Amino acid sequence: MKFRSKSFVFIFKEFKHVLRDRRSLFFLMAQPVMMMLLFGFALSNEVKESNIAVIDQSNDLETIKLIDRFEQSKYFHVAERLTNTNEIDRLFRQGRIRLAIIIHSNFANNLNHLNQGQIQIIADGSDPNTASIATSYLSAILRDYQNELLGDKKLPYSIAVETRMLYNPQLKSAFNFVPGVMTLILMLLGAMMTSVSIVREKEQGSMELLLASPINPIRVVISKAIPYLLLAFLNVVIILFIAVFVLNVPIQGSVFLLLMSSLLFISTTLSLGLFISSVTEQQQVAMFISLIGLLMPALVFSGFMFPIENMPKIMQIISNIVPTRWYYAIVRAIMIKGLGLSSIWKECLILAGMTFFFMTLAIKKFKPRLQ
Amino acid sequence: MRPSAFYIMRTILEKEFRQIFRNPTILRMIIVMPIFQLILIPLAADYEIKNINITIVDQDHSSYSRQLLHKIDASKYFIVRTLMPDFEHALNNVEQNVSDLILTIPNHFEQQLIRENKATLQVSADGVNGTKAGLGSAYLSMIINDFNREIRESLVQLPRRSDFPQVEIYSSLWYNPFVRYPLFMVPGILALLVTMVGALMCSLNIVHEKEIGTMEQLNVTPMKKYQFILGKLIPFWILGLLTITLGLVAGFLVYHIVSIGSLWTIYLFSAVYLFAALGVGLLLSTLVDNQLQATLFSFFIMMFFVMMGGLYTPLESMPHWAQILADGNPVSYFIRVLRAIIIKGSTLGDLWKDMRAMIIIAIVLNSLAILNYRKRMG
Amino acid sequence: MQEKVIEVQHLTKKFGEFTAVDHISFDVFKGEIFGFLGANGAGKTTAMRILCGLLESSSGSAKVAGYDLKYQSELVKQHIGYMSQKFSLYEDLTVQENIMFFGGLYGIPRMELKEKSSYLVAQLGLGNITNELVGSLPLGWKQKLAFSVAIQHQPKIVFLDEPTGGVDPITRRQFWDMIYEASSKGLTVFVTTHYMDEAEYCHRVSIMVDGRIEALDSPRLLKEQFKAATMDEVFHQLARRAKRNAE
Repeated sequence: MKFRSKSFVFIFKEFKHVLRDRRSLFFLMAQPVMMMLLFGFALSNEVKESNIAVIDQSNDLETIKLIDRFEQSKYFHVAERLTNTNEIDRLFRQGRIRLAIIIHSNFANNLNHLNQGQIQIIADGSDPNTASIATSYLSAILRDYQNELLGDKKLPYSIAVETRMLYNPQLKSAFNFVPGVMTLILMLLGAMMTSVSIVREKEQGSMELLLASPINPIRVVISKAIPYLLLAFLNVVIILFIAVFVLNVPIQGSVFLLLMSSLLFISTTLSLGLFISSVTEQQQVAMFISLIGLLMPALVFSGFMFPIENMPKIMQIISNIVPTRWYYAIVRAIMIKGLGLSSIWKECLILAGMTFFFMTLAIKKFKPRLQ
Repeated sequence: MRPSAFYIMRTILEKEFRQIFRNPTILRMIIVMPIFQLILIPLAADYEIKNINITIVDQDHSSYSRQLLHKIDASKYFIVRTLMPDFEHALNNVEQNVSDLILTIPNHFEQQLIRENKATLQVSADGVNGTKAGLGSAYLSMIINDFNREIRESLVQLPRRSDFPQVEIYSSLWYNPFVRYPLFMVPGILALLVTMVGALMCSLNIVHEKEIGTMEQLNVTPMKKYQFILGKLIPFWILGLLTITLGLVAGFLVYHIVSIGSLWTIYLFSAVYLFAALGVGLLLSTLVDNQLQATLFSFFIMMFFVMMGGLYTPLESMPHWAQILADGNPVSYFIRVLRAIIIKGSTLGDLWKDMRAMIIIAIVLNSLAILNYRKRMG
Repeated sequence: MQEKVIEVQHLTKKFGEFTAVDHISFDVFKGEIFGFLGANGAGKTTAMRILCGLLESSSGSAKVAGYDLKYQSELVKQHIGYMSQKFSLYEDLTVQENIMFFGGLYGIPRMELKEKSSYLVAQLGLGNITNELVGSLPLGWKQKLAFSVAIQHQPKIVFLDEPTGGVDPITRRQFWDMIYEASSKGLTVFVTTHYMDEAEYCHRVSIMVDGRIEALDSPRLLKEQFKAATMDEVFHQLARRAKRNAE
């Protein structure tokens, strides 16, 4: 009974510490909100009003109609109309256009008499993704045009393809980044904040005092982590709230399961933070290790920004030991596919194992300080 | 004994550089960071869609369906994971993240096509990864179209001059014909690195001085505020240029990236950009009390500016209000400019508008920072 | 008439509604060791920071080292020294590097600095610590070093803000020996402290209560005035009158 209330005092003191640093608190809470809002409202891979140049070497009725179509489309904006190809390189270099379309001479003629009109699309390769998306949109417009030309004539033996998007019929990118933001924030909060908080205590010399007190050192160290556990959990709730009510990204599976697995991941990050704090004496170093050594690879290997299956084999192997990869998979499975414990137990087990592993290491490192 | 400004600056710079080179953390950051990020991220950042897992539900078992299967199998885009008896089982694959696409060939597919002149195939894509789903189904459609054409040609003798007007599309990619993603990512990462040196590291340094109390001591001396500020900015300006150099070297050694455009142009833009980034760092340092806050604040700012700067998603896809913000964001100019110079060979003449914008932003940021510094840290 | 190194007239500092320093006026003479006492929150730190140029006054005037605080602040800075409780030396620089840096800020030429630093280190009597990182020195040594650095440019007056905090009594005593020696050579020392026994070492002492100077005289005369045996008692008598609570 006595010991219980003593740890409570510790935890309470840690809480006050955390709450006193208003600015840090603000940025910790504002970070996920900012990212969610940005991802939700500002960022996308869509192509909109993309600047293109049209080199019309034909200049007949057909081509004028065609160019009009490009302009009408919301995807493109005809920024330059040229008659020769000399300027294309300059326009690309100046960043004024993303695509150049060359309509070869006698386009209408060829189309009507030879049934073949030629169009060349040149894309700016410095951004390959957008280039390919823009090119495919442009090709779609051209195909539409072609279908209109066909009019009633239908090609015999046509195979129609019906495409359906599962889970995410409108292909909202929100489904991808919400788990990503959660992963990032929890890693930041859990690992960096906890380790910095402990190391700061070490720097000021009061850590020795705490460890020498009659309280179990494990409790001392854990009491430092608890405020951040609660903060992290609060952040999860906020993120999910924004996702569901502001961005209209529903949670398909069990909210309870999602929250529980988030707690599990939070403990993993906390154990990582404890481990970091056990190996360094300076705040700066703790921050450096957390940011560069932990957060960055965590992001890269999680599968959030870059698809894991496209990575070189060795990186795929490394991603297996990165906790964010497993959490990201769990969140996606629950939030988007609505899957249950039966599908994610493996990942949960791995996370639990990692937590245990880092905790043990951290405690081992803290123990000798008693002697 | 009136000290000359030059003498004071020299004294200050000597001290700053000594401290920086004695600090192992900073050195590690300057060297490890670029190497780590430049090597790691472009390796990982391969967005090319390949090895798409497709599960096929063949309920027709006809020669056509087998032909189609064959065709898909032969494609470099797809790995035919399994054949499943029905949609339910195929869906399971998708749930397990084993499959990205499901192609359902319905019963009597071949019969219908031959007798009724048309038939339907169903494609279901795992919409969780929008890009993969979109591109994957597009590729599949392409293959099916091709397959369609082959069937048509085998069944119908079409005249050489087809009765059907067709538009032939030839597309090519300039500057990056082999679609090397590192070429795309490396300039962006370089921009991020330089931003970190300017905004994060410089502000940490200044705040550290605040934390240990030497700032007060300095305020009592004849040292002027502008001298203090310059003493903090100049070393990190140089370090930033060093980082760019390291980054370019790493990019060359690891990815064989050679800048098409002039290196001088790169350095010129970097120099101007660094002023802007350092201005942010200075401004930041006036708003926080300790290093932890500085780290969190600069992380926040960097995330915002970098995300809004077109590192990950294109600027033109942003809504109008966001684009206006991006116009004031130095990072967006820098990323664009770096990509343009390195990949397309743009010159200063091509990019003078961006240079103009960057200079203005740098001046504004630094003025704000200095004003705030005077107000708060006097 | 002795030369005045500090002349303060109705100096006031307000933070919003709160008056930290309330129209104080006093003079400090050359060569004095002037103790500036008061409870926490009494305003002594604020007053001192104003005199150093770290803070601007709300009203009133002051002349430090013969120059006007408001209009000739640059000249003031060149002729004063300062040492704070944190000692404010760079822990990651060596003793010599610290000396050269702070000396350089006052415009002392490099050659002269090099000579001075060896002299200074020798004077400290701590051995050859020229190339030791300050961070590796014990607290007492840092303290002495900080003082030497603060006066190396031969200011007219040096401000010491609680310079002996956290240091053992023997080191404190040695520190005060340094102060005496400097004072005997003509340096004026303005020191704040909350150690009442140190108040006894000063030539004159002023005690601030609630932003005002409630007592200003030599320790001996103050003890007579308040019929107290020690400065501690004098202080307590005044403190009891204080309306403000200590922080």
